[in-house]
Amino acid sequence: MTELNKLTLAEARDALRKGDVTSVELTQACLTAIDGADALNAFVHKTPELALERAKAADERIKAGDAPAMCGLPIGMKDLYCTKGVASQAASGILEGFVPEYESTVSQKLQDAGAVMLGKLNMDEFAMGSSNETSVYGDSVNPWKIDDRKLTPGGSSGGSAAAVAADLCLAATGTDTGGSIRQPAAFTGTVGIKPTYGRCSRWGIIAYASSLDQAGPMTKTVRDAAIMLEAMAGHDMKDSTSADLPVPNFEAMLTGDIRGKVIGIPKEYRPEGMSEEIAKLWDEGAAMLKAAGAEIREISLPHTKYALPTYYVIAPAEASSNLARYDGVRYGHRAKLGSGDGINEMYEKTRAEGFGPEVKRRIMVGTYVLSAGFYDAYYNKARKVRTLIKRDFENAFAAGVDAILAPATPTSAFGLGEMKSADPVEMYLNDVFTVTLNLAGLPGIAVPTGLDSKGLPMGLQLIGRPFEEGDLLNTAYALEQAAGFVSKPAKWW
Amino acid sequence: MLDLTFEPPKPKVIAGAKYDWELVIGLEVHAQVSSNAKLFSGASTKFGAEPNSNVAFVDAAMPGMLPVINEFCVAQAVRTGLGINAEINKWSAFDRKNYFYPDLPQGYQISQLYHPIVGEGEIIVDMGPGVARRVRIERIHLEQDAGKSIHDMDPNMSFVDLNRTGVALMEIVSRPDIRGPEEAAAYVGKLRQILRYLGTCDGNMQNGNLRCDVNVSICRQGAYEKFIETGDFGHLGTRCEIKNMNSMRFIQQAIEYEARRQIQIVEGGGKVDQETRLYDPDKGETRSMRSKEEAHDYRYFPCPDLLPLEIDDSFIEDIRASLPELPDQKKARFVTELGLSEYDASVLTAEVEAADYFEAVAAGRDGKLAANWVINELFGRLKKDNKDITESPVSPEQLGKIVGLISSDAISGKIAKDLFEIVYTEGGDPEAIVEERGMKQVTDTGAIEAAVIEVIEANPAQVEKAKANPKLAGWFVGQVMKVTGGKANPKAVNDLVMAKLGL
Repeated sequence: MTELNKLTLAEARDALRKGDVTSVELTQACLTAIDGADALNAFVHKTPELALERAKAADERIKAGDAPAMCGLPIGMKDLYCTKGVASQAASGILEGFVPEYESTVSQKLQDAGAVMLGKLNMDEFAMGSSNETSVYGDSVNPWKIDDRKLTPGGSSGGSAAAVAADLCLAATGTDTGGSIRQPAAFTGTVGIKPTYGRCSRWGIIAYASSLDQAGPMTKTVRDAAIMLEAMAGHDMKDSTSADLPVPNFEAMLTGDIRGKVIGIPKEYRPEGMSEEIAKLWDEGAAMLKAAGAEIREISLPHTKYALPTYYVIAPAEASSNLARYDGVRYGHRAKLGSGDGINEMYEKTRAEGFGPEVKRRIMVGTYVLSAGFYDAYYNKARKVRTLIKRDFENAFAAGVDAILAPATPTSAFGLGEMKSADPVEMYLNDVFTVTLNLAGLPGIAVPTGLDSKGLPMGLQLIGRPFEEGDLLNTAYALEQAAGFVSKPAKWW
Repeated sequence: MLDLTFEPPKPKVIAGAKYDWELVIGLEVHAQVSSNAKLFSGASTKFGAEPNSNVAFVDAAMPGMLPVINEFCVAQAVRTGLGINAEINKWSAFDRKNYFYPDLPQGYQISQLYHPIVGEGEIIVDMGPGVARRVRIERIHLEQDAGKSIHDMDPNMSFVDLNRTGVALMEIVSRPDIRGPEEAAAYVGKLRQILRYLGTCDGNMQNGNLRCDVNVSICRQGAYEKFIETGDFGHLGTRCEIKNMNSMRFIQQAIEYEARRQIQIVEGGGKVDQETRLYDPDKGETRSMRSKEEAHDYRYFPCPDLLPLEIDDSFIEDIRASLPELPDQKKARFVTELGLSEYDASVLTAEVEAADYFEAVAAGRDGKLAANWVINELFGRLKKDNKDITESPVSPEQLGKIVGLISSDAISGKIAKDLFEIVYTEGGDPEAIVEERGMKQVTDTGAIEAAVIEVIEANPAQVEKAKANPKLAGWFVGQVMKVTGGKANPKAVNDLVMAKLGL
């Protein structure tokens, strides 16, 4: 068997169990691919020794007939996850040299399920960004390319998306606060699911905006997403916001049968500036689901237009508080101080040096919207609108809608550096279709459904009922089958 | 429930150069919740541990760490609320109070600004028999304590000890119902007493487990009544907050100083600035810490890491069912059922250990006599040795037996004191000691009569004198007591002497 790194999780799992391949072989294939892909700047901390050690242990478990769900499967880990003994710095200079003494719940669950971690993946600093250009490690690059123009893999889970799309690993973890799993998945022709808020524990994942952050898998197929999500999900006593609900066997729910399901098409999801190709893709997606036996129904989510401003008040507000702990006192970067410098200078210099411009911008915005005199006008208003946005979805579901089909992004991947001089709000517009779900806490999945005229992948997004990821994955599976997206980026790196 | 009636005390009046002034005081007491673990982590709360040894990852605000509420601390706050007859909020929520300081690793304190767990209650502050101030409590909320910054270990560096970081505090906020320095101290004392009865805070002020911020303003006579009538703070003067006091004496001194400072400003035609002040006990004065303009903007907002705290009726009722008898009830019962004076009842109920001790002594015995012995003999003796009631060498059973021996006329009061000292220093069963050492009071009239006759026959001259002057009969009583080694019942001796002398 050649090019083991190109296998899906399901294929590799089956091959491992049949004894056709070993985890060490799979892992070695990925490590070789990683070493040859520095141009993508996806893996920022490589852990080959640890990976091979875990691969060997996995092979023994498989041999002993004691193989859990993801035994021996090599994956990448977003740098936002704290991994014991392995650098974890949220792609930020302020966490320079930080090596946690603890393992995040989700990465621990993956480890317990036998998964083999290959290393840490690039991302936007503190998950703030939509292009992976705010990382202290430098841009991650999309393996998809037009001519000589380097494209963004999206963000914030850009490294994860690039690594999966380039077959550097079989799958990767991501996190999604406003679209950070779904947008990069759409930009790279991969599958990414943001589960319901509370489905995966946030413990040990470096916080950006606590009421919005969710962990999720980024994979090559919907089936892989089902396998990996099941391993990641579950109640955690250490996270008060995690849901005490059983985790179903998601893979077993992938029948592809969506006959009689009602798919909502929100009329408000056609903003100005949306690419015609994406609009067309959306119509095609609806047609595919209809052909598979679903009923297509136009719905209204009237508060959609407020979602982006609401998100860009709530997320920075929480971030400004969550990031206050990076003060140079206990860990990470501390600025060199001059004589006579006191505690305020230490804070100011440390944070000025440690944080990048986008993080600083959001801290300032967040501080502003929470400050006395502005709290009601911004933060409190945003909370109220958030409730209305949530209610829009509740009304749609109450009216019998099973899932909502929408674009994942307004365009396909854009060029690295092309947005750098733009107004930050231009960049924020990338999240217009994704932030609503985070505000409402709902699960959403991006599924690759076609290529645009430039040959770049485009994805559609399906939105499900809370805690019904199984049903959502099945609808996504039906869409995936119908779309038959099999394109891969041509290797140039 | 038993209640003693009381009148409110007169507010303190301070004479200024021009007018008489009254004080209006409100307190925010920070009481450390008695709990083995912190409010949001499993780290120990033990006092005096090596610096930074009681620190969980979440206390040090390591990246990605999350708080999880300690249910026991919630129960303790509810228990405290029930102990002051307060409304318990079944739905409460945590907020973040944001500010930077090295002893605050998260960069925010998790507190309850908008929805505290305990609502309005009240505390009756005793100011003497029949006099007490009813102080309304506005709220009690749960919050995290900060760590400790240490600036005096090195000339160029500061150090931080996070042992205290994240320890649960109850902030108990009073209405501005306190009207003088003594009342303020008495309020803290009463609150401390209730907390200790409830077991929700050890009240150790020296260790900082109970400390308070005091809000002081002054007003002309009559203004406070208008404020109470209308609720309009405009009738009151501008208040200053004196931060972080952990001594009853300093609280009183600081209020006294602060009131006089404000009077001087106002009478001099100035305006009191609303500000935060610190009391310097060495200089005996308060000084400005930060003005209103310099006040932090704490940017409070709901903590997204924690769900709202919801408790149900059964949680509350289970706690209610386990509440101990509280000081006010106990005191009232001691007065009405055991016949104690209000003063004695106050003394005995000051500490629950003393009250329990007393009750064990008084069980089935004369309450007043028992109170007398506990307060005068036992407390006096313990004080001499600088001992606490919990360290008493005499158990309540032993003291109870001594009181019983007095009540049954088995020993005299004088012998009882000797017996008490023997039990105190040597231990032993008082009843057995009385038997073994022949300390029993002689009530056998035959034996006393024999002694009387013996003394009379041996002193014919004295008999003559006594017959002429009956007042001298007392000399015979004294002689008989001496002969009987003090064990004879003095009244029986007196009766017999009078009869034998024919007086």
